[in-house]
Amino acid sequence: MTYNIVLCGVGGQGVLSVAAIIARGAMMEGLQVKQAEVHGMSQRGGAVIATMRISSEEIFSDLISEGQADMILSMEPLESIRHISYLRKGGQLITGKEPFINIPEYPEQDKLYSVIDSIPGSMIIDTKNLAVEAGSQRAQNMVLVGSASKVLPIKEETFLKAIENVFTRKGEEIVTINKKAFVLGRNS
Amino acid sequence: MSEMVLLGDEAVAQGAIDAGLSIAYGYPGTPSTEIVEYLQEWKRKEDESLIASWCSNEKTAYEAAVAVSMMGKRALVTMKHVGLNVAADAFMNSVGYTIHGGLVLAVADDPGMHSSQNEQDSRYYADFARTICLEPRNQQEAYEMTKDAFELSEKLHLPVLLKLTTRISHSRAVIKRGEVRPKNEFNPSKDRSHWTNLPFLSRQNYEDLWQQRPVLAEISEKSDYNPLILNGNNRDVAVITTGLAYNYYKEAERDLENKPSHLHISFYPMPEDKIRELAGSAKRVIVIEEGYPFVERFLKGILPQAVQVDGKLNDVIPHLGEITPDICRKAMGLEAFEKAEIPEIEMPGRPPQLCKGCPHTDSYKALNEVMGEYENPVVTSDIGCYTLGYFAPHNAIHSCLDMGAAVTMARGAAEAGAHPVVGVIGDSTFMHTGIQGLVDMLSAGNKVTLMILDNSITAMTGMQQTIVESSGIINVVKGCGVSPEHVRTIIPLPKHHEENVKIIREEVEYNGVSVIIAQRACIHVVKRKYAKG
Ligand code: SF4
Repeated sequence: MTYNIVLCGVGGQGVLSVAAIIARGAMMEGLQVKQAEVHGMSQRGGAVIATMRISSEEIFSDLISEGQADMILSMEPLESIRHISYLRKGGQLITGKEPFINIPEYPEQDKLYSVIDSIPGSMIIDTKNLAVEAGSQRAQNMVLVGSASKVLPIKEETFLKAIENVFTRKGEEIVTINKKAFVLGRNS
Repeated sequence: MSEMVLLGDEAVAQGAIDAGLSIAYGYPGTPSTEIVEYLQEWKRKEDESLIASWCSNEKTAYEAAVAVSMMGKRALVTMKHVGLNVAADAFMNSVGYTIHGGLVLAVADDPGMHSSQNEQDSRYYADFARTICLEPRNQQEAYEMTKDAFELSEKLHLPVLLKLTTRISHSRAVIKRGEVRPKNEFNPSKDRSHWTNLPFLSRQNYEDLWQQRPVLAEISEKSDYNPLILNGNNRDVAVITTGLAYNYYKEAERDLENKPSHLHISFYPMPEDKIRELAGSAKRVIVIEEGYPFVERFLKGILPQAVQVDGKLNDVIPHLGEITPDICRKAMGLEAFEKAEIPEIEMPGRPPQLCKGCPHTDSYKALNEVMGEYENPVVTSDIGCYTLGYFAPHNAIHSCLDMGAAVTMARGAAEAGAHPVVGVIGDSTFMHTGIQGLVDMLSAGNKVTLMILDNSITAMTGMQQTIVESSGIINVVKGCGVSPEHVRTIIPLPKHHEENVKIIREEVEYNGVSVIIAQRACIHVVKRKYAKG
């Protein structure tokens, strides 16, 4: 079993935390993980993409071939479409609903939603409202992880443990909020 | 031993620690930065005696490390590929030395230019210097090769270059740690002649270096880092890979029915005999390498003409950018994978931009207002977050060449007749190689304004401490000889806009060198301080 994910969003949105949680979860289940990240200049408000490969076998390549992503997981709608050439036939697209508008020519939102809807099995998640419900707008990325967890080959308990591991450093409240955000995403 | 999940950069750091590293120096540069950061964290948590410092630039870092080696201890130097241009003088000259404590230079290349201004391939520097280059293909190898690099360095008395790339540096994987070796004792080299580059000594040292070539060649030939797998049943094509191309090729190979003979090269100088053996087994050799056609060109020099060599030089592999799994598939004649149906939509680009509330935004606003009053203003810029001032809505800068060039190019533009000329440079960049340009400018007596955008941090690479604080920079500027009344400070905030405009206007009209220091911390530094209370 190999599962390929393309993670995307805008620099500063927390794409790397999404990657960190999924990677941690996969490891805890004894899977191989390769995760390529973005650093440096591209992190400042620009389009970012990270790739993650989870497998029960040896993984050679850090990068994913076009047409080989099982999932595109995006923090916002425009970015979910940018890397769609990576999606395999029948692959899953999951995106946060709230657009991140920091460019003048950002397309009309309805147009974006209809493009996303035209991809079979795609999901648009109201990450913003669910995160607010969980206790912090900043937990949008955990809502997204929750939604993805419905499809990913990692158990719910493992994810919750991974969230605890990663966020313990930041205090109990943050752990609680992120867990709640995860569960809301999972149930959405 | 224990397992850890590490970035490639972190694996290098851990490898160095386990190899008995005493001191590391570097200058932050994506994608190499995390090596020193990891070591600093290690110092804080595990080993107080370890030294891991940022320096003002790559050359100073390298030179300090050479002295550590002279004292018999193991030293690591880190930088990005363009940083090696800055350190090249020191690096090239150090190869003639008889390295004492292990000296390893970790250089991170950035094919595809994810956050760099060019794609240069550091293997050429190792070759140019006539020393060993190791090129890991995954994070585990990054760990192990770092340890081996120190051993080789001490055994062969050479500095060893460890070549990384963005995908190695910034990918995470599980690392198995090996044995931990104790650090070297203080043990200064007594042999002055091997550490002094006087011509009569250098001639001897250079000859010794040349004599050593066969030794290196033999090690390369025997090295497990250059694995050769022959398949006598495929006489049509053979493959050579380097670096990450190995991984991408291995993915593609799974789909090949008759697997070609394959040589992977990650220890340089190149294993000539193995290359000949491989080429002797096939009519055609495909070279899949990241970076420049380094191996490919070498092949043309040693193989008979009858062997067809395919690679970057005849566009079987694209010349520019990163190697990808798709490129490998195509080169091996495999079909592309079927993709999901792609909807028609125009995709606007989304370039990186200054953070909301960034101090540079306010500096550029004020600067733009003044520059707007002139017909042909010139603003030369430098490397850092403020380079993003190129984009709308700022459109504030006209050039960016390399670290320090904001200052020297401002001088050149002024002497060519431009007015007003403003050079914008960051605080960290100013200390890197900006000061020297300022000294030039002062000696020439140019009519130029230098704006030091001082955000109290090296922000773009991820918030590394700068080596001199704001108060120190003012003194450095004054100490260089800028007349004190023309060393001005502004606070780039909207509420000071009018005042800042006035100061910039005054200084660009001053008939001499003026320096305006815009002092306001990067918002992330402020946030961090605030979070800590
Ligand atoms: S990281 Fe700091 S200096 Fe860089 S753009 Fe953001 S606020 Fe400005």
